[in-house]
Amino acid sequence: MDVKIENVSCSRGDRTVLSNVSFHVKSGRALILRGANGAGKTTLLRCLAGLTPPITGALSFSPDDVAYSAHADGLKSQMSVAETLEFWGKVYGAADIMPAVGAFDLKSLLDRKTQFLSAGQKRRLSLARMVLTRRAIWVMDEPTVSLDAHAVSQFARAVETHLSAGGTAIIATHIELGLHNAAVLDIGTFQAEETVETDPFLDEAFL
Amino acid sequence: MIALLRRDLVLAIRAGGGFGLGLAFFLILCILVPFGVGPNPDLLARIAPGILWVGALLACLLSLDRIFQLDFEDGTLDLLATSPLPLEGVATIKSLAHWLTTGLPLTLGAAPLGQLMNIPQDAVFWLVCGLALGTPALSVIGTFGAALTVGLKRGGLLISLLVLPLYMPTLLFGADAARRGAEGLDATTPLLLMAGISAGCVALLPFATSAALRMNLR
Repeated sequence: MDVKIENVSCSRGDRTVLSNVSFHVKSGRALILRGANGAGKTTLLRCLAGLTPPITGALSFSPDDVAYSAHADGLKSQMSVAETLEFWGKVYGAADIMPAVGAFDLKSLLDRKTQFLSAGQKRRLSLARMVLTRRAIWVMDEPTVSLDAHAVSQFARAVETHLSAGGTAIIATHIELGLHNAAVLDIGTFQAEETVETDPFLDEAFL
Repeated sequence: MIALLRRDLVLAIRAGGGFGLGLAFFLILCILVPFGVGPNPDLLARIAPGILWVGALLACLLSLDRIFQLDFEDGTLDLLATSPLPLEGVATIKSLAHWLTTGLPLTLGAAPLGQLMNIPQDAVFWLVCGLALGTPALSVIGTFGAALTVGLKRGGLLISLLVLPLYMPTLLFGADAARRGAEGLDATTPLLLMAGISAGCVALLPFATSAALRMNLR
């Protein structure tokens, strides 16, 4: 699915972080977002995922087409790997969790509680959820944190599979994933000027 | 939705979950109040319905801040908000899970625990009826309060301040029904009013809860 956004401005709290972001990612391609810490990568991704509506601008897709992977893994320590995947499979209507298990090599961990997983294993489990969503647009925030080189290549392969099935991926990352169909966008160029809020309802006195 | 309900119940029952917290609080209250009041069975019988209702309300309050806070902290709430589940549905399921793990055990436990308080036998039926009809409202209103304070660290105090006034009507009608039952009067009117409050809350508040969640996830 094509992802096209035009003149999107996003805010975090009451501060406008990014203004006039525009890009177009064709179906089957990935966009890598780069930018210094605090440049607004997470803000933009949350906006694309539909968590924070954009202040201005238009998105060409519905948030229902987006699968979002955040900084936090979103795992419950008392649940096993299989239970976690089955839960998300049911939420997204995917009966078979094995494609996700295979893509991230989780077979030997299926019965283990997530509290006994290493940070990298948790990350793999969290990423495996993306395969189950079967949504066209993957929006991922620093997906490779705490992954080793082998797991990173596993992840890159999963993204390639997703892209070759006509999907799209927008990934904020600092490392080189080695994707074939990827463009790079530095969002440091869209930094918003410090703006004064004029909306009286956002005045501190009303909060 | 069923999967979310099952997950919440499993998490509540496994180690570190909140199941039993409310019931344990209720049990402790029912054991301690007779000691506090002293050897005076008549006085105890007179205050028992009210004490049991206040206990149920506080036991319910005790577990409210867990409803969304844990999911918020580990990032699950973001993932649920971007999932195909409507947020209104998530809110309803969360209330239902909260009721199943606190309201329902309290309702079932009230009759045996009431004996510790020397509750009049005529009042027991009305007390249990009242709890069955009223605790759903407590859970749904509490879920709304939890959604309002989800972004705040240690929002427990704020939840109590927000939610307690909203609990008042349920408490008044519930305690009144039990009192009328104890005195042999007809208690259907307060029960019907309370059932109306519960039905209204169940129907309307999930929308307010999901709106509050959306605001707090921004």
